[in-house]
Amino acid sequence: MNDTVGIVIVSHSKDIAKGTADMVRQMVGSEVKVAFCGGNPDGGLGTSVPLIVDAINDAWSSRGVAILVDLGGAETNSEMAVEMLDPERRDLVVVCNAPIVEGAVMAATEAAGGSSLAQVRAVAEELSAD
Amino acid sequence: MSLQPETFKSLVKVAAEQVIASAPELTTLDQAIGDGDHGTNMKRGFEAVLGKLDAISAQPFDEALKTIGKTLVMTVGGASGPLYGSFFLAAGEALSHDKQLPDDLAEIFASGVDAVSRRGRSQAGEKTMLDVLVPVLETLKTDAGRPDLVERIRTRAAEAAARTAPMQATKGRASYLGPRSVGHVDPGARSSCVLLHAVCASLEGRQ
Repeated sequence: MNDTVGIVIVSHSKDIAKGTADMVRQMVGSEVKVAFCGGNPDGGLGTSVPLIVDAINDAWSSRGVAILVDLGGAETNSEMAVEMLDPERRDLVVVCNAPIVEGAVMAATEAAGGSSLAQVRAVAEELSAD
Repeated sequence: MSLQPETFKSLVKVAAEQVIASAPELTTLDQAIGDGDHGTNMKRGFEAVLGKLDAISAQPFDEALKTIGKTLVMTVGGASGPLYGSFFLAAGEALSHDKQLPDDLAEIFASGVDAVSRRGRSQAGEKTMLDVLVPVLETLKTDAGRPDLVERIRTRAAEAAARTAPMQATKGRASYLGPRSVGHVDPGARSSCVLLHAVCASLEGRQ
């Protein structure tokens, strides 16, 4: 279980994050670790650096973790969360430039096949290419 | 001249209180061109800073700035958390490397501005907080040592924030609006102005 890339879903809305994670689990199964978070520290719409850090650690895999985000603040807060990880984990986490739902499903599908973090990211980011 | 711990404490307190008091205005600005959460996010972050005021003011200045930065990162809940947080973290880091307050203020401030620019992958002219921070940094550099430096910073910050109104946003949430972002002051520029004005007011009260 620990040899596939983990997936983290970060949305401004906990409902969107959870729904996306549900879709990923239904389509990919449980062989890939999926964690999600959404909402600001007060529970309103937004994102929270400590919750993102927790989600990364929950989805942790020795192969690395790919993060899928929705809007601007989710990306900025995710990048900040990555920098706050232990130094040996930092380089094994990427924030993907991809649509959150499609990106999460594609990334998890790729991860389930045992692909590397770079491959997982590339497949998700193809969705953003013209 | 050196910065006294009690001056620093009152400066942080006044700055936090001013940001908290301006939350409704920041929210109104953000409702016009963003997602309407800048006021509540900044309020949450600076309330957390106020809650740690005694601990922060007991630390050396470099550590205190880093604590402020980390507190904002952990509590704000929007992009402004990492942006303002990175400013204070980088300023604290610069201060810990043989820099002194207030003598090296421009250099320390510059480290903070660089960190905001990197974190947001943004430059001045894109209708963001950098449109206040960058001009104020210029004033800090060119007018250092002048007796009216504080007044000049106050004026420069106000003018710079107002100047974001006619800009079209190309970074941040406001950029989604394209030309419709024109005509509104940028909320981040405004919150930077509020912070700087609070620092100016606090310093002038002690002069």
